[in-house]
Order: sequence, then C-alpha cells, then structure tokens
Amino acid sequence: MTDFPMPNASTTGLDQAAAAKRARMDLISSVVRYALLFAVGFLMLYPLIWLVGASFKTNSEIFAGAGFLPESPTLEGYTKGWQTSTPYTFGRFFWNSFLIILPKVIGTAISCTMVAYAFARFDFPFKKILFGSVIAVLLLPNVVTRIPQYILFRDLGWLDSFLPLWVPSALAGDAFFVFMLVQFLRSLPTDMEEAARVDGANSLQTLVFIVVPMLGPALVSVCLFQFMWTMNDFLGPLIYISSVDKYPVSLALKLSIDTTEAFEWNRILAMSVLTITPALVVFFVAQRYFIEGISAGGRKG
Amino acid sequence: MAQVQLKNLEKTYNNTNKVVHGLNLDIHDGEFMVLVGPSGCAKSTTLRMIAGLEDITGGDIIIGGQRVNDLTPSKRQIAMVFQNYALYPHMKVRGNLSFGLRIAGRPKAEIAAAVDKVAAILEIETLLDRLPKQLSGGQAQRVALGRALIKNPGVFLFDEPLSNLDAKLRASMRVRITDLHRQLKAEGNSPTVVYVTHDQTEAMTMGDRICVMQAGRIMQVATPKELYNAPANLFVAGFIGTPEMNLVEGAMDGGEFVMGGQRLALGNELTGRLSGQPDNAVLGIRPQQFSLVSEGPALHAKLVNAEFMGHEVYMHADCEGRRLISVVGAAEFEARGHSDVIRLRPDPKTLHIFDKADGRNVSLQPRGIAA
Repeated sequence: MTDFPMPNASTTGLDQAAAAKRARMDLISSVVRYALLFAVGFLMLYPLIWLVGASFKTNSEIFAGAGFLPESPTLEGYTKGWQTSTPYTFGRFFWNSFLIILPKVIGTAISCTMVAYAFARFDFPFKKILFGSVIAVLLLPNVVTRIPQYILFRDLGWLDSFLPLWVPSALAGDAFFVFMLVQFLRSLPTDMEEAARVDGANSLQTLVFIVVPMLGPALVSVCLFQFMWTMNDFLGPLIYISSVDKYPVSLALKLSIDTTEAFEWNRILAMSVLTITPALVVFFVAQRYFIEGISAGGRKG
Repeated sequence: MAQVQLKNLEKTYNNTNKVVHGLNLDIHDGEFMVLVGPSGCAKSTTLRMIAGLEDITGGDIIIGGQRVNDLTPSKRQIAMVFQNYALYPHMKVRGNLSFGLRIAGRPKAEIAAAVDKVAAILEIETLLDRLPKQLSGGQAQRVALGRALIKNPGVFLFDEPLSNLDAKLRASMRVRITDLHRQLKAEGNSPTVVYVTHDQTEAMTMGDRICVMQAGRIMQVATPKELYNAPANLFVAGFIGTPEMNLVEGAMDGGEFVMGGQRLALGNELTGRLSGQPDNAVLGIRPQQFSLVSEGPALHAKLVNAEFMGHEVYMHADCEGRRLISVVGAAEFEARGHSDVIRLRPDPKTLHIFDKADGRNVSLQPRGIAA
C-alpha cells in the first residue's frame, strides 16, 4: 500500500477554498504595497513637482501655499528669466555649458579608456603602485587639491578660460571612471583580444576595433556621469571663470539670485527647470545602457 | 616550409612555478600533431607559446626554419582557433572573417574574394550577415575555423576547439577538420596543424602523430597505432584506450606473472622481448584482448557487473581483489558469461610488462621505444 494522498471530493474542495483565500491575500498585499510605494514616491518627488508647478506661478503666488498647481498659469517666469539681467540671454549660458561639456566628455572617454586598458591588460613597471595611487586619488577629497590646482592653472595663464575644466579630464584625471572601466574590462574575456593579435592587430588597433565596442555600455555610463556632473558642477566654473560671457548655466542661476532679480523667484525656478531638463532627457534616453554599464561586474562577454 | 620545432622549451610563472620542463618536439611540415594530456599538463600553455600569446622562459621555437621567440603572433605564419571561438561580438560573420585582411590593408576586391572562397569551403555563405550571437555552437565554430583558414597560414593552432560542442556535433566537426586538412594538402598547401585536446578519442582519430604530455613533460610521441600497441610507460598505457588498460601489480617468476594465488604463463614470445626483470612489475592487459574461455589456462575471476553496449559487453570482474575490465562480444558473453566464476584468457602477444619503480615498459621491441 502507498500513503500517497489521492485526490477526492473533500480535499479538492478544501484546495479551492485555500487557493481563493491565497489569491485574496495576494491582492490585498499588492494593493497595500503599491499604495505605500506611491505615497513615498510622491513624497520624494514633491519638491521637483512643486518646482515645475511653481515656475508657472506669479511671484506673489509662490509663497502663498504649498500646493503645486498654479491658479493662473503664466509664462512670465520663462520669458523674463530667459532675458536675464545681463547683456546675454540664457541661451548664451546654455551654449557655454555645452562648450565645457562636449570636450570634457570626449576627453574623458578617450583618456580613461586608454588608461584603463593599460591597467587591465598590460604588465609594466610600478603598475601596482600606480594603480594604488589612482585609487588613492579616488579617496582624496576634492577640496584638498583645489588650491594647488588653482595656483598651477594661474601660472599657466589659463584662468578665465575653459582649459582648467577640460584638461584634467582629458588626461584621465577622473580616477572614478578609470576604476570603473578597469573593473569592467577585468570581467571581459581576453580571448577576443588574443584573436585580434593573432590576426595582426597592434595594441592600439585591438583597443579601437575590439575592446572599445565591447566596452560600449560602460562607456555610455562614463559619458552620462561626466555629462551630468559637469552640468551640475558649480564650484569648478566659479573658481576658474570670471567673465560673465563665459558663465555656464550653473553659475548663471546664481547670478540671477545675486543681483537685482533677488526676489524674482519665478524666473529663477523657471530657469532651474530648463537647467535640469537636458540631464533628465539624456538620462531617460540612455537609461538602458546606463544601468547595463554600472551593473557591469556580472556581465560575461 | 612550416615545420615547427620546440627546443628545450621552458615556461616558469612568477620565477618559481615551473610548468613546462624542457620540451623537445619536431613537428613535420604538413603533419597533424595532437598534444593530449590531462588538464594541467601544460598542453595549452605550450600551444600559446607557439602562438606567441605567452612569453617563453627558456629554449627556442622555430617555425619554418626561423627562430620566432621574439616575433609577434602575426609574424609567425600561424592562425589560431580558440576554445570559446573568440569571435568579435560586434562584427558580423563577414567582418570576423575579414578582420585580419583588413588590418593588413589588403585591397577590398581581394578580401571579398577570400571571404567568399572560405565561406564556400565551410558552407557558411548564408551566415555571412549574421552576428556571432545569432549563431549556434557548431556554426560559430565553423566561422572561427574560417577566420583561421582565410589567412592561409603555415601552421594552424587549435586550442580544444570542440570541447564546447555536444557529442554528435563534435564527431562531425572532427571529420570536417581532418577532411579539410587532407583537402588543403591535396591542393599543395601542406599546412601543419598543432591541435590541443584532453579527449583521447579526438587525439586518436585526428592525429598523424600524438604527443602525450603530463605535468609539463612529454611522455611519448608516436602514431596513434604505436601509442595504442606499444605504450612507452604506465602513464601512456593508462591514458590511451577506452576502457582503460587493466594495470595489475604482481611479481615476475621465471616465465610467469604471479598475482595473489594465480599464475599467468607469459609465453616465450613475451619473455623473449623483455628488456629487464623488474622486482615489482605491473602487467598491462587491454580489455579487448581477453577472451572468455570455458577451459584451459586462464585467469579465474568473479563477475561483478556487466554493461551491455549492444554488439559487445563490458565485464567488470573481481580477480584476487583487483578489478579487471574486459570487453567481449555479445554472443561470447551469452555463451560463457553467465556463471559465477568466469575464465579470462589474455592474448600473450599483446601483454605489456611495466617496471613499477620508473613506469617504463620493459616489454617493448627495441625499435618500439619512442622519444
């Protein structure tokens, strides 16, 4: 005889009742979970939502309540804010930001890839010490190097130009990106590079034709991070750039608080919305690659 | 033209870990040489040194009469097929095949013609516009083969190319590769092949000669037939052949081999060719060389297990506490295998006697001792 339970009328009835109960519990649990997530998510996003809403309010309405829906929506903040109190429009500052970001991102991508490739794939004297110092730079607070850097760039005559913002990045000065790319490269098999060497490619050709395409997701992340950090960088331009006609948007926003427009909050908020828009758009467009890139450790080639 | 010579080849990692101990090997022009051995025997390291992907610690590698120790892989007239195919993931099959030629800056028309020719040989014309991730294992392997073939090299290096394929595909790729080698030879190209594998079936079926390696040393270099019939030592005897050769410890007593309570007459032919009388001897008997007899001199054993393989039966028997494996025909097993005590008579002409102390085969004809 076997004691394997055979289905009969009463047990199937019980099973059905249990299944229905479980389904009901699952539903309640889902409703509670989603309600909680929405509530917390809304709470976190509220300042951003309020920012967008308030940029369409009049100045007097902004401080009248905490609600985000404007009573009589107006574009005045945008039109007046765009004009600024300087001889330049906000478009000029966007253009300046672009002039800083583009060479910086390109320089970072090229230099960090080359340095990371060298660390990940070649043996050379003092490699361990050099890589150790890259990591040490990563851990060093930025403020420590501000003054020596400033004096260096002053002596080079680079003040009030974009060079102090471009050059360190073009020389793989961003240790974090080097580290990130080294880690990604270490997770890629070396077979393809060896096959390329057998096929007659030299180190540079192997890097350009084989390694860079495989590094794609990580490189997208590097460019995105650099884009967003440069867009949001306030201290760098503040220290090195003194002419208003070279100000990027981060400084231009501060400009409108400093001067006569001190209380024109709707203009400041409107320009803030415009300022965060490019970063948001780029992030959402490249989101897929970005996540692939930063979760790179587990990827197999 | 593309003879490969290894002279006292050595490899040491981190100055302390010596993995290749002075290899000497001559691979003839146009020869299919298989390096075989258990994992960790440094066969892949040796191949990678020939390819130039691994530095050489000592000795010389000579390809086509030229010392290549310090040449880059692309200057060594070699092409390599990797275990994981190593196809460039972002290039289509066409791009993968032509990469080497494009790097060399050959004219476009020549590249296109070469791609078409190789694709036709390997029957991958329909795959040319696919990415590697859209290929099956067998197709990827053929593309990898094509990438080597298109360079028209003097030496092909294969690093366990079939180990990622399933058994059936492996068997057909085996034939395809040897066919290709023969075809190229017939066309007068005479490419030399160095093929690394851990699978002795691949080694036996594909190689003109086989180099059996263990722990960074060469155990024997010989044709498949010679390796099977005249293994130079215990390691080769145990490594080559399926099922494994029975290796039974015992003692020599005149013309007889004594194992426990049983004595086996070795016969005049075998005792005549012994080059030594080891104190501790190991008797080597191929499972296929037993016959199941009902009377006469034989080893008496107790049948423990019988594996039915169709046309033959693998019998596992216990003889004086030692496990003996024998392969007999199904009919023979039906006639005489169904008793508690079976009588196994080995063919004395095919027996081998090894010296347990150094593993040497002391029963080889003098001419049979290979490097």
